[in-house]
Amino acid sequence: MRKLMTLVVLLMATSLYAQDKNANGSLEVDGVCGMCKARIEKAAIKVTGVKSVKWNVDTHELNVIYDARKTSIDTVAKYVANAGHDTKKFTAPDKAYNAVSPCCKYRDEEVVKAHQ
Amino acid sequence: MIVMTQLRLLKFAGVLGTALMPFMLNAQVQLKGEIYDASAGPSQPLFGANVYHPESQSGTVVDENGFILEIPNLPARLVLSYVGYKTDTLDIKDTAYISYGLTPENDLEQVVVAARRSSKFISSFSTEQVIRVSSDELLKAACCNLSESFETNPAIDVNFSDAVTGTKQIKMLGLTSPYILITAENIPVVRGAAQSLGLSYVPGTWVESMQITKGAGSVTNGYESIAGQINVELQKPVSDVPFFFNAFLAGNGRQEFNTHLNTSVSDKWHTGLYVHGNQRQRVVDRNNDGFLDTPMAEQFNFLNRWQYTDTERGLVSFINARVLRDHKVSGQRGFRADLAQQSQNSWGSLIDTDRIDLSAKLGYVNPEITWQTIGIQGAWSLHNQKSNFGLRPYDIEHQSAYMTLLYNSIIGDTRHKIKLGLNGTYDRYDERLSFDALATNLQLFGRTEQGLGLFTEYAYNDMDKLGVTLGLRLDQHNLLGLFFTPRLHLKYQVLPKTTLRGSVGRGKRIPNIFSEHLNIFATGREITIETPGTQSSNNSDETPGNFYGLDPEIAWNFGLSLQQKFSLGTRSMTLGLDYYRTDFTSQVVVDWEEVGAIRFYNKSRPSWVESFQFDLAYSPWGLFDLQLAYKYYNLSTAFDSGDKRPILIPDHRVFANLAYTLEGRRENHPLKFDLTFNWLGNQRLPELPQSAVLWGQPKTPYITTINGQITKQWGSVFDWYFGIENIVDLRQQDPIINGDQPFSNDFDSSIVYGPIFGRMWYTGIRYKIPE
Repeated sequence: MRKLMTLVVLLMATSLYAQDKNANGSLEVDGVCGMCKARIEKAAIKVTGVKSVKWNVDTHELNVIYDARKTSIDTVAKYVANAGHDTKKFTAPDKAYNAVSPCCKYRDEEVVKAHQ
Repeated sequence: MIVMTQLRLLKFAGVLGTALMPFMLNAQVQLKGEIYDASAGPSQPLFGANVYHPESQSGTVVDENGFILEIPNLPARLVLSYVGYKTDTLDIKDTAYISYGLTPENDLEQVVVAARRSSKFISSFSTEQVIRVSSDELLKAACCNLSESFETNPAIDVNFSDAVTGTKQIKMLGLTSPYILITAENIPVVRGAAQSLGLSYVPGTWVESMQITKGAGSVTNGYESIAGQINVELQKPVSDVPFFFNAFLAGNGRQEFNTHLNTSVSDKWHTGLYVHGNQRQRVVDRNNDGFLDTPMAEQFNFLNRWQYTDTERGLVSFINARVLRDHKVSGQRGFRADLAQQSQNSWGSLIDTDRIDLSAKLGYVNPEITWQTIGIQGAWSLHNQKSNFGLRPYDIEHQSAYMTLLYNSIIGDTRHKIKLGLNGTYDRYDERLSFDALATNLQLFGRTEQGLGLFTEYAYNDMDKLGVTLGLRLDQHNLLGLFFTPRLHLKYQVLPKTTLRGSVGRGKRIPNIFSEHLNIFATGREITIETPGTQSSNNSDETPGNFYGLDPEIAWNFGLSLQQKFSLGTRSMTLGLDYYRTDFTSQVVVDWEEVGAIRFYNKSRPSWVESFQFDLAYSPWGLFDLQLAYKYYNLSTAFDSGDKRPILIPDHRVFANLAYTLEGRRENHPLKFDLTFNWLGNQRLPELPQSAVLWGQPKTPYITTINGQITKQWGSVFDWYFGIENIVDLRQQDPIINGDQPFSNDFDSSIVYGPIFGRMWYTGIRYKIPE
């Protein structure tokens, strides 16, 4: 019992104080709906070193918790762009953008309006 | 007592204050939006999700039009919550349309959809086969406590209440409630001494929602569940309305009252007071057999909850205290409860129960790293039941303590989740009873159980098609020894609308043979327990304990299910198909086969239960919802006299539920209709005495029941409902066997396979003061 407690406390402590291991970052990713959210988050979490992702439909902000020793926000941005979603630094390749479902065409003014 | 009075005053002031709030505040900003399931997208809105603005204490519930919330000013922080989903906060800067997805909780990865407006959900996201039941669905059931809340749900089979306890027993996958883990907010409630009557100790209005998991279930709540788990979420002081009142009256004289009072004490502390009382004082003997059709009863049930939330530091806590007193009298009309033990003039039964429950939980979510949580949960209860059935006494005192420590984290990223936990239990049982009906063979049983378990659960979800949950548990128990409990759940979304699931798991339990079968005392049958002796050598790896000299029950449960959704125009239809099999490697058999005897014994020959279910949910037009189900049970129990079906379980069941909402001229003033049809096939009977109506018959006749209910709503403030149970007025003929000689061996009031009372009307009101 006591051993387990120690283990649990130790686990918590190590992850709490190692800032590099759990760096917090965010970037802007374009998208319009819940389907976009699923696609963006799935692309981002597949990056080695990324631990948790959350994209907000309203603010377009993608929050990432990642191991800074293994990856960077730029890498995440590249992966997300390759999945079809524009970021500030990297624009999605046309091929990837064309592959997203019709309701996710965030570059189209009318689609954006339909979601508002 | 003075403290109590002050508390009540404080609450009253709080309720009054909150009730007047809308008049005092001049709402200035209107927010509109929708809340959906983040894993499925905006096409799957979460009807019933709560949107709450803590600063002004205003909130609303999402319906098919989304939500509208008026708050005093901007910017604002909203709290979004829905049972089974992670509560989220949202910072609002302007009045733009809000579209936000909530993520399902780690521990019960469920979601999904049935038909629009549906109050039942089966998630296609969840790895386990979980049926979620909202409070809307609970309102469809006639009345009044948890034992009566499953009438509109095909996953659960509800028995007819017998004349002695007046309580309905439930079954899942063909197994009775002792094989189902029934929890309130993950603390086991219907367990031990409360096994037969425990469902009637949870008033229906206290229930916020339910999750029904078919099959093996999770290891986090213990090793006992075999058929599945029913978890009940109770009303929470933060989300429940400040004031709620409900009154109910039924044709058999039953009256029920419920009051909820919720208020905030500070910005972090909220408290709620939930009071339930019911009584039935009328002598009802419609079939003129000299015995009451339904017991005279009284119950007082009082719950106080305290809820603490500190979102900044990531702390959540609940403290609960409950006091219950329950009293039931039944039997012959001339029976006098005060002469119970001395008199043979008339037969009667008397059950008095006192119970206290205390529980607390504390959860910590690391605000920086939200996947890391620590929770601690503790519960203590004292259950004291004194009862007499004719001359036969049955007293049980059960003290129980329960503690769980749970740590949640991830491996690598949030697709791989891991749980680690430690779980300790303590139970003390003292029982006094008579093996024979004339109380000449008095017996005392006592035992102490102590267990410590270590468990881990790994859950993988690829955020797309595949979900795997693997649970392992190692327990050291003073009577059961050291043993492993593995549980595995798999989900695969073959096609976007086709979900396949499988589960396998092991369960082990100590049978509380008397408290699980309270109805055996309401007979003249003589009880024998046949201890296994040498025949238990098959289970040499399991330590036989000293619970009635019997071996524990061990079973494996295996299940497969398929869920298919269709789009028919703009309408969706859901089809479900599932098959579950339970294999008992060791079971305590309850043998009713001989007239005048009831025998308990272990059988090492295997017993098994197969359950097959087909269901369909469809909303063909407008606000019309249809649900159909067909079930088939194939069972075999290893009786001494050979392998046979257990008694009183139908082989086939057909279920249909129709719900229709007629929207009134004014918004939110609908008239709702609900009709439930149930058909039960033959049920096997034991050998019966010659005086029984069905003497010589191997099976019972078919049973058809139809229940209907109408509800009128006036906004979110006032509801009125009226219903009729058993519209076709079907009745079991002469349910009491040998009623003219109630002190003989052949007397039996426990063979109940159909309704005793016949058609019955009921009506009730609900009054709410919303925030």
